[in-house]
Amino acid sequence: MEKRVVFRSAWLPYALLAPQIAVTVVFFFWPAAQAVWYSFLLQDAFGLSTQFVWFQNFQALFGDSHYLDSFRVTAIFSALVAVFGIGASLLLAVMADGVVRGALVYKTLLIWPYAVASAVAGALWAFLFAPSIGIVTYFLRKLGIDWNWIIQGDQAMLLVVLASVWKQISYNFLFFLAGLQSIPKSLIEAAAIDGAGPFRRFWTIVFPLLSPTTFFLLVVNIVYAFFDTFGVIDATTQGGPAGATQILVYKVYYDGVKAADLGGSSAQSVILMFIVIALTVVQFRFVERRVQY
Amino acid sequence: MSIRKFAVAAGAALLCANVHAQTEIQWWHSMGGALGEKVNELATKFNGTQKEYKLVPVYKGSYPESMTAAIASFRAGNAPHILQVFEVGTATMMAAKGAIVPVAKVMSDAKEPFDPHAYLPTVAGYYTDLKGNMLSFPFNSSTVMFYVNKEAFKKAGLDGEQAPKTWKELIAAADKLKASGHSCPYTSGWPSWMHIENFSAWHNVPIGTKENGMGGTDTVFTFNSPLHVRHLTTLGDLAKKGEFIYAGRTNQAEAKFASGECAMLTSSAGAQATIRKTAKFDWSMNFIPYYDDVKGAPQNSIIGGASLWVMGGKKPEEYRGVAKFFAFLSQPEVQMDWHTSTGYVPITLAAYELTRKSGFYEKTPGADMPVKQLTLHTPTANSKGLRFGNFVQGREVIEEEMEAVFAGKKDAKTALDDAVRRGNDVLRKFEAANKQ
Repeated sequence: MEKRVVFRSAWLPYALLAPQIAVTVVFFFWPAAQAVWYSFLLQDAFGLSTQFVWFQNFQALFGDSHYLDSFRVTAIFSALVAVFGIGASLLLAVMADGVVRGALVYKTLLIWPYAVASAVAGALWAFLFAPSIGIVTYFLRKLGIDWNWIIQGDQAMLLVVLASVWKQISYNFLFFLAGLQSIPKSLIEAAAIDGAGPFRRFWTIVFPLLSPTTFFLLVVNIVYAFFDTFGVIDATTQGGPAGATQILVYKVYYDGVKAADLGGSSAQSVILMFIVIALTVVQFRFVERRVQY
Repeated sequence: MSIRKFAVAAGAALLCANVHAQTEIQWWHSMGGALGEKVNELATKFNGTQKEYKLVPVYKGSYPESMTAAIASFRAGNAPHILQVFEVGTATMMAAKGAIVPVAKVMSDAKEPFDPHAYLPTVAGYYTDLKGNMLSFPFNSSTVMFYVNKEAFKKAGLDGEQAPKTWKELIAAADKLKASGHSCPYTSGWPSWMHIENFSAWHNVPIGTKENGMGGTDTVFTFNSPLHVRHLTTLGDLAKKGEFIYAGRTNQAEAKFASGECAMLTSSAGAQATIRKTAKFDWSMNFIPYYDDVKGAPQNSIIGGASLWVMGGKKPEEYRGVAKFFAFLSQPEVQMDWHTSTGYVPITLAAYELTRKSGFYEKTPGADMPVKQLTLHTPTANSKGLRFGNFVQGREVIEEEMEAVFAGKKDAKTALDDAVRRGNDVLRKFEAANKQ
């Protein structure tokens, strides 16, 4: 028999919920509604004249080949960040799980980068790879590689992926480590007795059992690549060269804040909002039910 | 008792006078580092000349940042009195009629002496409407110059004293530098400003219709002419040969020249201060190159930099303070000090004269080159400046397309056609948003 505490008051639940609802309305619903409203407007920078233009801002966006290209860039960027981020952290987690002496030190060090702000991470990597003065650039030059991400789009992409992955590895690492530790040792031991080597044990037992964690991290990493990497990009390539690293969220910022085009920027954020809704649905329908923390 | 009463009354009176005396004038600017110190010095000097107004300069970050901050504060109802806006923001500010007060009106309302003809024509023209009203106060103006590392030239077997005058000579020099093993013969800052905007004025060809947009917001870009295509092709070829090293959209190239990494540089005249301080080699500052087979070239270059805009909705006595400050800024002595210590061009003819008489140009040879280049000929409709709406976005479009050419991903013709098409979309949007 389940024991329940029941409040008979009509207003108390609402009163208890009120602060949370107020925060949600003020910081989420209100700005979102404003973005939707502004996406239908054409306004000068100072807001002195406003016209209602229906879907003109959206039409302009989908007629702009560079905006469509920004989708492609975002897809490539997110895929790279997710794959490399998850791959590297899985490797590190498996290694760290096997460490017997000084495990705490390794784990602590691996978690550290998570405390670094994205802008700082971006600046760090930009310095290391700076075309004229970077230390890594210096060695790359010695190897005969012409490293100049100011003009080479692929190199610029590589740089922002590297910086973003580095920052996200800690987070992924934590989840993988927790996932690994929840796998019953008896399963692995049984396999070892049957003569399965470490690789075989990993692929047939550990990896499938980790799959809910991996799937969860996939969604989290894609959301991270979509939205939280703004700081990295702003501190390094600023979307360049020739739009090679201009992901959707950076274009929203550029058009709205720097170019003072509120209508176009709002329309872009509305589109982003739909993408987030879609991702959230995916997460709830497929992930939440299966993931084991 | 009576003495105490008197003291209190006197104290109160003083306090009142004090409160009355200190009308605060907020000035938002984007002058960081040494330039920021100079701005603070200007404010201190001005505050020392009178007691009624207190000028408070506030650094608000880069040009786009301070403009964004001012727009946001205007929407929230507490804009500063004076805002420093870079030249590409001019059209946006000009169109915002309710948000700004024309400088000419501020000066005449306050009965401060103000003569638009006292300013260099290429400077004043940039900030004047077609009716001849000066809308903003020119503050820091520069232009693009061509810098040459004389020692690198000598090492490559070139005459260091003879800087290339034309693009043909520049290409020949670049070839020679490359052949002698130089890793970066030529670089350039500010790609759009140098290679589209100034390039057009220097060759007396339009960037857009309607006098480069000065005649109305229904202007259309025209910088995909055969001459523009030819020039961008030249740059693309130089990049392919490894003789033009692209360094970025702002002033990143200047450090490459100052460190000796690159032998030739086209960038802002403002770079000379840094180069003078850091370069460990002999260098020269010259006019930017031109194509000698183009009729009417070289014409004159155009300015870049920023001007001071007066924001609307303030009290009359505050505007009087703004006018007083502008009158102070216009003084030839103040201008000469600003010009000689920062490297920006002197914006009044009187200040230029005064600097010349002071013997400054003999002591620092080449320091008058920017003014000479700006005033080489009487400006034409193609060379007095430009006024394109949303040009922050417009420039980004141009620079994206230029980068595609430098990276070898597009040919010059396609890139410029694309830039014109996309740029015109930006212009149409601005036109629609500012119809009124």
